Parts: sequence; structure tokens; C-alpha cells
Amino acid sequence: MRVTLFIACYNDTLFPETGKAVVRVLERLGHTVEFPAGQTCCGQMHWNTGYQEEALPLVARFVEQFEHAEAVVVPSSSCVAMMREHYALAAERIAHDGGDGSLVERVAALLPRVWEFTEFLTKKLGLTNVGAYYPHRVTYHASCHGLRNLGLGDGPEKLLKAVSGLELVSLERVEQCCGFGGTFAVKNADVSGAMLEEKLQAVLKTGAEECTACDNSCLMHINGGLHRMRAGVRTIHIAEILAGEAGTTESENAR
Amino acid sequence: MSETMHDSTLDPRIAPSFPQAAKASLRDAQLRANVRRATDTIQAKRRKLVEEKKDWQELRESARQIRAHVLDHLHVYLEEFESNFTRAGGHVHWARNDQEAREIVVVIAKEAGADEVIKIKSMTTEEIHLNGALEAAGIHAYETDLAELIIQLGHDRPSHIVVPALHKNRAQIREIFLREMHLPELGENPADLAEAARRFLREKFLRVRTAVSGANFLIAETGGICIVESEGNGRMCLTLPETLISVVGIEKVIPRFDDLEVFLQVLARSATGERMNPYNSIWSGVTPGDGPRNMHVVLLDNARTNVLADGEGRQTLQCIRCAACQNACPVYRQTGGHAYGSVYAGPIGAILTPQMMEMRHGESLPYASSLCGACYEVCPVKINIPEVLIHLRNKVVEQKGWYAPEALAMKAMASVFRSERRLRAAQRLARMGQRPLARKDLPIVGQDSHAGLDSGSDWIKWLPGIFGGWTQTRDLRVIPRESFREWWEKRRV
Repeated sequence: MRVTLFIACYNDTLFPETGKAVVRVLERLGHTVEFPAGQTCCGQMHWNTGYQEEALPLVARFVEQFEHAEAVVVPSSSCVAMMREHYALAAERIAHDGGDGSLVERVAALLPRVWEFTEFLTKKLGLTNVGAYYPHRVTYHASCHGLRNLGLGDGPEKLLKAVSGLELVSLERVEQCCGFGGTFAVKNADVSGAMLEEKLQAVLKTGAEECTACDNSCLMHINGGLHRMRAGVRTIHIAEILAGEAGTTESENAR
Repeated sequence: MSETMHDSTLDPRIAPSFPQAAKASLRDAQLRANVRRATDTIQAKRRKLVEEKKDWQELRESARQIRAHVLDHLHVYLEEFESNFTRAGGHVHWARNDQEAREIVVVIAKEAGADEVIKIKSMTTEEIHLNGALEAAGIHAYETDLAELIIQLGHDRPSHIVVPALHKNRAQIREIFLREMHLPELGENPADLAEAARRFLREKFLRVRTAVSGANFLIAETGGICIVESEGNGRMCLTLPETLISVVGIEKVIPRFDDLEVFLQVLARSATGERMNPYNSIWSGVTPGDGPRNMHVVLLDNARTNVLADGEGRQTLQCIRCAACQNACPVYRQTGGHAYGSVYAGPIGAILTPQMMEMRHGESLPYASSLCGACYEVCPVKINIPEVLIHLRNKVVEQKGWYAPEALAMKAMASVFRSERRLRAAQRLARMGQRPLARKDLPIVGQDSHAGLDSGSDWIKWLPGIFGGWTQTRDLRVIPRESFREWWEKRRV
């Protein structure tokens, strides 16, 4: 299949290894990966913080960049949630404000072809075993947008359980938000920190070497907390685990 | 309002911003422990009873549809209620705002010759700060709900819609009772505390001739008023006094008696984790020789029609005050209710309060959420709280104007994202700009190489300005030397 990657702005800038891992997994499964160079941001940060007017051109831009794709894969469940929850309304608003009226239909036509990365593997391709090897003790954090907005269910955990060598330990109160919440993390830094504290205790209790998730945004927050306490536990995006292969080291996997 | 009232009243007009107020709550370890324990307990009970209900999602959808239908035809059902309740011998009063409602209640109570009233737990009377107004008119109000009694005797404020004293534990309650009821001795078991409250209240039930309540539902078809409760204190207040005054938000009406089938099921399960409330009272006007002879309903607007007029905010009024969203909220879990600066705390408060204040106060509340969606998931009338939060954030942003520092930053960011060239430039600029902030990490001694993978790399431990919120509790790994798109291009060549 011809798969078109939407990397997400923050992955592009801060977590390039995740993008590389997605490419590696998809190519290993025999798919062709494309990357439209004009892609930038889905508009979530602006939309969710209340700057909807600023988000509208970004919505239009995403549609222009990706509407000809066979399948769009996004290694960020919150970006996909933004698209599924708000793009229809955004397109209506653009049309209402005298902008491109065709966007309403184009959004509706594009959305069924947009997949979160693990969702693409489990639901579109029907896979649970992607042939990965990753000999570590790992716990999985269910990010809220993946859990509630996308309904990922146990898909990501099934993928992890099929990874050879991986020991999956379950996280207490897995459905509880880690406290990231985008601009919430800085606007309500104290509360965000208190929520994080509870999540960190749960992660440490598992005795896992690493905490994984489908969103680097939550992981950046969790990892920032783990690093501050010098816990010796780190975070890793699920794509980087699924990219793992026998006979390579972590640093090679990430390359 | 006097200065002392400021201290003891949850009023969005004078409350500090949520982030500010949350600081104080977060420092109170006892409060946080109490809130966690109580919400965990209620949530576990709720989950069990929801799971046993195979048609739960259908019930939620029914509840949503009925409530949404009512809001679309509110004037029809309110007038139907008014005419039916009046025909049955009751009196209906319309109050545009909190002040009018307070005045109406005071006048009725005075006409009844009351110098004291007994009260059933009511969020609406909390909303209009009725007790203070009664007190000022020389009428003492006795709260008869156990939790409200704890709040009243403790000179405290409610922190939860259903369990207003949820932030207090048994030992704290015992102290309050010992002190305020002038008891020589008191055990710490729930039975001891309940018995003390019972003795204290029984005398009031038998003596006081005027009662004040709220309502869970107004039934348009029958002109009936419905209150559900767990303790029986409500039943006492509804039957023993001569005069009964119910203060009810205009959105509380439902069309038919049969609609209670849906609401009594979803409300009890969502609110207290019970299959049905122990006491379900419905009264429809005056019956000679049975119950109060003077029945009054004060229908309160207090900005509800403004909420109604906003197509996207309107669903807020579907709320039936079950507080399931409060119990499920990970933010409320940390702060408890007082930080919201309103009698309506938690996710529903975060959307209801600023709208009722016509966006003039409580502007920090729509941001008091990580948008995790736990509230929407449990809401029995399917209010999409995250959606309304975002809608209100948009209103706040529009009010602040384009020249606010945050707005300028967000506009600059949006401009970056509108152009691939500018995004690349911004990525390069950020990589350079971070250099003075980056610190080499010392490896953690004794750590195996895998888990210690991150140590030895560069991290940022302090950020300036608004980003300082991030580094308050978290480190940030430096931006890597190469973006994904740069890697992709090299790879393709």
C-alpha cells in the first residue's frame, strides 16, 4: 500500500526517531511511505487553546496536502482526534466565513482514510505481530485521546504483547490522564505537575524499564518528570518498540 | 456583601483564578487524600452499577434526547408546569437573577411568620447564596442534609455537587460536631456521627414550620416537583412544615411523568452508585390535611437564558447535577472543589460558571482541564464537556483581543505553521536558541546502560516566561540536531 505519513509538528521537531521508526515498520511490512514536504501542523494546539481562527488555515492546509493519499498514517492519537472531532466543524466555519466551501466535503472524504499509527496496523491491516524484537520490561500508558476519542482499546497492548522478548507490565489506573493536556501543562503547571506525580508513581511501581504510549506529547511530559527525579526509567514511543529487530541495538533501531 | 461573607462564600465574581486557587488546595495533603478516597469509592460503585445495565448507552441517549428536546422548547414546558402547579394550589414565582430569587424567598418566609427555616440540600440555593440573605433578614436556616450540616456547622463551603463535604474525613467531622453541637463525647464511627446529626436535626424538623428546597425535576405534565435523596431529611422537610419554598433553575423541567423512568435510573447510578435513590418524593400542589398548605416555586433564570441562546453552550443546561464528571475528573481529583471558586466545581462547573457569569468572571475555568474526556464518558446526559470547554476558550480568547501576549505568540506560531519555509527556519532557530539553556546530564551511577540511555545527553532544566511552567516539575530534552524532514530528505537523495 502507498502510505502517506503525517509526522505531526512536534514529532518532526522534537522526536524524529519516532518518524524513522514508523517508516521502518511500514517498509518492513512491504508498504511504500510518502512524505508530503508541505505538511506542518494539524492545528490542534490552536484549536484546543481557543485560537480557532488561527487553526482554520492549518486545517485547510492539511486537507490540501493529504487528500490524494490512499492512507494517511499519524503517529499521534491526539492529532487524529483533532481531525475526527473538530475538522468537520472547522471546515463548516471556513465555508461559513466565505472561504473554500468545498472543504466540508473534502474533509468528509479524507477522514476515513486517516489512521493513527497503531490503529492502522491493527484495524486497517489487521495485524498484531509486526515482527518486532525488543527484549525489555515495558509498561503502556493509554493516552486519553487514543483511549476515549479514537477508541484504540487494547490494540496497542496486543501489538506490544506480540513483540518478541518484550515483557508488558500493566499500569495502575491506566485510564487516568497523565496531566499533559497541551497548553494545560503550562497554564495550570501546578495541577499538571500533581497529576504527573500520580502517574509517575504508577509507572515506577511497575518496575518497568520504559513507559510507552501512542503519543509523544504525554511521553514528553512523563519523561520530563522521570528525568527530573532521576528515576532511571525512560519513555519511548510505541513505534520505536515495534521497529525493534533482533540483532540490532537500540541505537541502531532508532537510526 | 461584607468582608466575612467574602471569605466564606464561593463567588466567581471575587474568586482568584483557578491556577492560583489550586496552589492552596494542592498544598493541603489531607484534603487531597480525602477527595481521592471519596471519589474512588463513588466511582467504583458507579462503575459496577453501570456495567450491570446492558442498555446503559441507550439510557444515556434517551436522557440526552429528552433534555435537549426540553431546552429547544423550554418556554412551552415551563408554562405547562406553571399552569398545572398553579391549578393544584401552588404558587409560581419567576426570578430573573439571584437577587430577585433571594428577595422572593425572604418575602414568602416573612409572610409565613418564619424566623427559621429547615433546608433540603440544594445547589440552586447555594448558587444564589440564600442562607446569607435569610440570615440578614433575621431568619436562621438549618441545613438538614448530613453533608450540608457538616459544611454549615464547620463554617465551610461545599466542594462537590452531591457530596458537599467530601473533602472532610470522619475525624474532622467528629471535631466539628463535638465543637458546634456542644457534645461532651462522640464516637468516630459513621453510626455515631449520624446519630448525633439525627438528634440535632430531629428537634428542628418537629419545630420549624417553613422549609426551603431545590428540586431535581419539574414535571410539566403533572405540575409535579421531584426530589431524590438518601437520608430522609428531605421527606421530613417536604411533609412536616406548613410552608414549602422550592428554588429551581428553569432548565430542570421534563415533559412527562414517564420521563422519570429514564432519569431516576441514570441519576442514582451516576450520582451515588445506587440502583435507585432511597427516597424519591414527588409533590403536585396542595392536598388538605397532608403536607404543607403553602407551596411556592421560585423559577430561577440567573443567566440560564443566555446559556440557552448559545447554540454550542446550550448542552450545558442538560445537566442533572449528578456530579459523575467531578468524580471522574483527574483535575478535580487533585484540587477538590473550592479551587473552582464557584458552588459548581469540577468539569460541569468549568463550563457552567463562566457562562452563568456571562464570560465576565471565571475565565480561567475553561482552561482548568486537560481535555482528557473522562467527564464526557461518564455524563448520563452526554454533555460533551470538552467540546464546550474549547468553545468557551474561544470566547475567552476573543475577549482578550489580539494584542494579549499569548495571542501574539499564538498568532506567530500559526504563521510559522502556514509555511513550510517558516517552519524549517523556526526549527533551526529553536535549535540555536536553546543552546544557552542546555545542560549536559550526568550519568546515573550504577544504572544499566539501557535504562540510562537518556542520561549523558543534553537537557533543559529551566525555561523563561510562560514556558517556565513546564520546567517547574519537568525537564525537557533538547531539540535533536536533525528534524525528521531533514532526515527524510537526506535519505531520499
